[in-house]
Amino acid sequence: MAEALQEPLVREPLVRLVDLHKEFKTRQGSLHAVDGVNLHINQGETLGLVGESGCGKSTTGRLLVRLLEATSGQVLFRGTDVQSLNRGELKEFARKAQIVFQDPFSSLDPRMSVAEIISEALLVHKLYRQGKALRKRVGELMDYAGIASRLMNSYPHELDGGRRQRVGIARALALEPEFLVLDEPVSALDVSIQAQILNLFEDLQQELQLTYLFIAHDLSVVKHISDRIAVMYMGQIVELGAADEVIHNPLHPYTEALVSAIPRMARRGEHQRIILEGDVPSPIDPPAICRFYGRCPLRQEICRRPVELLEVEPDHFVRCVLREPASPR
Amino acid sequence: MAIQVRNQTTGESMPPPPVSGGTGRKQRTRLEETWRRFRKNGWAMSGMVLLLFLAVVAIGADFVAPEGLDEQQLGRRFVPPSAEALLGTDHLGRDILSRIIHGSRLSLSIGFITTSIGLLIGGGLGAVAGYYGGSRDQAIMRIMDVILAVPGFIFAVALVTALGPNLTNLMIAVGVNSIPYFARIIRSSVMSVKENEYIEAARALGCSHTWIILRHVIPNSFAPILVQATLRIGDTIIIAAGLSFLGLGAQPPLPEWGAMLSGGRQYLRDAWWMATFPGIAIMFTVLAFNLVGDGLRDALDPRLKN
Repeated sequence: MAEALQEPLVREPLVRLVDLHKEFKTRQGSLHAVDGVNLHINQGETLGLVGESGCGKSTTGRLLVRLLEATSGQVLFRGTDVQSLNRGELKEFARKAQIVFQDPFSSLDPRMSVAEIISEALLVHKLYRQGKALRKRVGELMDYAGIASRLMNSYPHELDGGRRQRVGIARALALEPEFLVLDEPVSALDVSIQAQILNLFEDLQQELQLTYLFIAHDLSVVKHISDRIAVMYMGQIVELGAADEVIHNPLHPYTEALVSAIPRMARRGEHQRIILEGDVPSPIDPPAICRFYGRCPLRQEICRRPVELLEVEPDHFVRCVLREPASPR
Repeated sequence: MAIQVRNQTTGESMPPPPVSGGTGRKQRTRLEETWRRFRKNGWAMSGMVLLLFLAVVAIGADFVAPEGLDEQQLGRRFVPPSAEALLGTDHLGRDILSRIIHGSRLSLSIGFITTSIGLLIGGGLGAVAGYYGGSRDQAIMRIMDVILAVPGFIFAVALVTALGPNLTNLMIAVGVNSIPYFARIIRSSVMSVKENEYIEAARALGCSHTWIILRHVIPNSFAPILVQATLRIGDTIIIAAGLSFLGLGAQPPLPEWGAMLSGGRQYLRDAWWMATFPGIAIMFTVLAFNLVGDGLRDALDPRLKN
């Protein structure tokens, strides 16, 4: 079962997801948003998690900071299962792992000033009291996030999207976490601002030794910032490997389609866009065959069976019948 | 910039500096924006002026009223409106105008106190129901349904009859009757507010549920609550006056408007002013609250208009 964990590890990863499942009960049946995910994130690295809307990538991110409870499986942070934390321990855990949200409009309380938003966590955790020291700290955090501290008394609706997102980043940094879930942090921003925010994340990682789970819906955003990339489809990891490997040598047909969607300078004749047909099938009670079967350009009769995530090349995992080694292990 | 003035209670510096590099349009706070829209609404403003007038009269009743609330001068019973008594006198020779002025205190306090009871209890229950959902939601809201299933006035009559007719019990009865209205409106507004990502962000930061409800959910559900409260004050004044009219609320000699109306009823043929003027006072007070409430609703959420 725990295929992804079999690779040799020098040290214990910071985060490890073990056979993680999350089901949501809906009227039509149970929706398996996360279906047996095994992943690890090493200290100091950025893991890119890519997939289309509704594939369970945001759910995975929320499970990681325990905004959601898993149906089964484990979320290990430094070897401790996050699911088992009680209320007090959870508050401590907040100082280690934080999340930056996609929508900078709904992720900031419109009734609070920038200073109030950023200082909230410091007050809740009783690290500071109201006063000069707190305002100084808020100013520092704003510096880190690259937003002028004179905007401290502004309200979110007075700021543009990029600045709002920087406030969200400053808020996440307030507790000096070592791990950040970045849940599509640039998807809602203008392209020109996207690059700035991506650079900010890279600088912060260097400066503060942060570890990231970077969630995105297209590869072009994560390809530069990620050390490794995991591709998710209907609640499962379909491909996992070093960023370069996944981009330049995609093994899963779904990844290939995603790679072909990265905008790039035309390389004569070579670049062919793969357009997937059909819609994502309903994630409610999917049949026990390859999840990508219905839309796969390469589908064959042998694909009509459950597929495992296998290490096809060194440190490169893929969940595809056609890539399985001829002689099964 | 000049030395910033610190707000003593919150420790924040104020006022907020203007945001440069913006669109050039002067940034307004929500409050200013709301006030600007409210001011443009003539009806709402007249309601507001009326309320301010009422408030001044009620607060300064002892100075404004020509006579005390129970000064009987049996030699001048049933005097019609005249220079001697502007709105006439009643069957005990008491000055109607003075009694109405003193009664404004009663009616306004009844309105505010009963609405506060409904707002605090109903608001708390509604916030819990909306925030947590599930079985707590079901339990609370079904009890609210039970209260709502009994017509408000009959409910209040039953409660006052059981507890005994006096002003305190009247306020309890009308207050309890207001609870479901607040519970419902606050529940729905909390349910929409809690879907925002800033609630998740607060949870991820380690804030407790109580903190989140008090610091994020309630401030952001404030607008509909304010509107409902204003409108509800008018309603409770009417219900309270109705109960007093039936003898279930304020007891003589208290100059409660409903009670005055009831007292004047028997003399309606000969002394029309006894019942008419308290009735007009009730009407204008309730009208003022409704105008302000509607105005607030339009001003707080321009999308709701029409």
